Amino acid sequence: MIEKLKELFKYRQLIVTLVSRELKARYRGTVFGFLWSLLNPLLLLAVYSIVFAVILRNGNGRIEDIDLKGVDYAIFLFTGILPWLWFSSSILEASSVLTVHGNLIKKIRFPLEVLPMMVVFTNMVHFLLGLPILIAMIIFFGKMVHLTWWLLFFPVALAVQLVFTLGLCFLVAALTVHFRDLKDILSNLLTLWFFATPIIYPFMTPSIQNHKALVWVLTLNPLTHIMEAYHYTFVFGRLPHWKKLPVTFIAGLLMFYLGYLIFDKLRDTFVEEV
Amino acid sequence: MEMHPVVANNITKYYKKYSRKHKFLTLKSALVSRTLFSDLKKDEIFKALNGVSFQIEEGKTVSIIGENGSGKSTLLKILAGISKPTGGEIITRGRISALIELGAGFHPEISGRENIFINGIILGLSKKKIQEKFDDIVRFAELEEFIDNPVKSYSSGMYMRLGFSIAINVDPDILLIDEVLAVGDAAFVPRCLDKINEFKRQGKTIIFVSHDLSTVERISDEVIWLKNGNIEMQGYPKRVTDAYLEYIGNRSLKRAAEQHREEAGKHDGNEKNWGSQEIVIERVRMTSSDGTEKYLFQPNEPLSIEMDVCANVRHDDFVFGIGIFNSEGTRVYGTNTLIENLESRNIEGNVKVKITIPALNLINGSYYLDVAVHKRDGYPFDYHHFQHTFQVNSLHKDIGIVRVPHEWQFSGNIQFQKINEE
Repeated sequence: MIEKLKELFKYRQLIVTLVSRELKARYRGTVFGFLWSLLNPLLLLAVYSIVFAVILRNGNGRIEDIDLKGVDYAIFLFTGILPWLWFSSSILEASSVLTVHGNLIKKIRFPLEVLPMMVVFTNMVHFLLGLPILIAMIIFFGKMVHLTWWLLFFPVALAVQLVFTLGLCFLVAALTVHFRDLKDILSNLLTLWFFATPIIYPFMTPSIQNHKALVWVLTLNPLTHIMEAYHYTFVFGRLPHWKKLPVTFIAGLLMFYLGYLIFDKLRDTFVEEV
Repeated sequence: MEMHPVVANNITKYYKKYSRKHKFLTLKSALVSRTLFSDLKKDEIFKALNGVSFQIEEGKTVSIIGENGSGKSTLLKILAGISKPTGGEIITRGRISALIELGAGFHPEISGRENIFINGIILGLSKKKIQEKFDDIVRFAELEEFIDNPVKSYSSGMYMRLGFSIAINVDPDILLIDEVLAVGDAAFVPRCLDKINEFKRQGKTIIFVSHDLSTVERISDEVIWLKNGNIEMQGYPKRVTDAYLEYIGNRSLKRAAEQHREEAGKHDGNEKNWGSQEIVIERVRMTSSDGTEKYLFQPNEPLSIEMDVCANVRHDDFVFGIGIFNSEGTRVYGTNTLIENLESRNIEGNVKVKITIPALNLINGSYYLDVAVHKRDGYPFDYHHFQHTFQVNSLHKDIGIVRVPHEWQFSGNIQFQKINEE
């Protein structure tokens, strides 16, 4: 495994090049350039803000001394939606990345693992580009939400999510080559996953905490703890949970190991199947 | 022990075809029918390569020829490291550049300049190295003016030139070329061949897959003929290509005879066949000088066309004609009895008409034969258009439409030596 990791590291130049190619190609010829990548999260933000902060307004409560209402709720939402989009877009794109780049696979000797990695890193760049907007929102509109030094823990959450997402993307990319309809199932699964992750609601909401089964389900979801870490660092101004996040990191490493293992096992079949 | 840059030991490649139902496999169907794991097992096996062994010496150019599906491209992909052999081992020493599909990694939306960097890195060059080679690449591709335009605006020729230019500038020790030159334009292909020759002079090893036997003979030191996944023959280029041509010829002989029989079988209602049928050409045969039926000829061989004709009523105004067309539909030759000043007097009942051509003098290829009987004013009794075919199989590679009879003569201080075919 260590050997393989070293090999992955060797491809960093290739990954950097491919990611910048993806980014350039995506925004080439559009007037607003990368602003388009923000359109999606902003639209989601608008919809959920209206639904949960205006229509279903009594669903919010005081969490960690912060009253999640109005603008503060929007900030809270945005904090979750940005990394969620990184995660879900990566998974969806990974499900087709090998078939889309079939030409590369069939005609050039090419380290295939670079392709799912390219997807994850490209979407990570989109995520990072959204962050200044989040921070600006907090600075200019935050009522009870303020920037704190705990923000420095953000890279930790990012790293945990990166490892987990990479692992899952390896798995998804490898399996979709053999089961083409996995792609369709995935988008449904992701919708389910979205609601099973504390993004539009805080994990600490009393109605969840009072429901044993819900707490169990959410605790088993690695993304819960990653989202919480983002919420803590950006919204609540607190140290991310010192036990849950490292455990999630280990789970992420396992996911990475498993995903890469399966990808590596199936690697030789891709040339013939894509 | 001498180290060869390419050594293939008993290479096999089996493509495992899934069972028929597997073609429609989805996860859902696998779960529903509970065959998830058995479906992943593959049952039918297609043997693309069946124990191929060879060694290539350093600096040699080796061509691989063979029919479609003989395993050429599979072998090249294995050499390039794109796919893995099922059995056996392949040892390659040095950097390999494979020209299998030019510009395979190009992204259409971004500029040629950026694509050069990206493609170069995909092919294993460092950024610095590409920087050094950049001007060479652009110059060779003749794309100075267009290098900052997005690649999607390139013509297919420009696309190919850029792909070729990057691939050869990777500075490989072993160059693999798969048929890519077939798509180049007339001006670029010779420059590619020049470049390949330059590689040869630099002592690099080249493996070349092509259907173009004349190029194969020109550039190779050795030819490998693959047939159904086995090496059928290997050795001196001319000897192998001639054996290959002969094999192809024998096979098309059978096919031509079959085709003739088939096409002669379908008669009425065919738009290739018209006329009033007052005089009917019932049967057309092509024969050699000894009268045996034959549809594959050497260029200098005699050919006879025999027609069984039946005139249902007596006629005094009729003309018999033939026409020979090449595969492009160009009339190679046409004549009839009227042109040759034979005035018709009488025809009735069953008769035989035969025209003999002492030597065809045609070049390699397939030909169509028209036969017809009509009135002097053109009113058709029976006209067979493109219904009969024959082949000319020549070991000469001369070009044009006909093989004009000729002879070389030299005088003075000039010397030739007949190429010894062994």
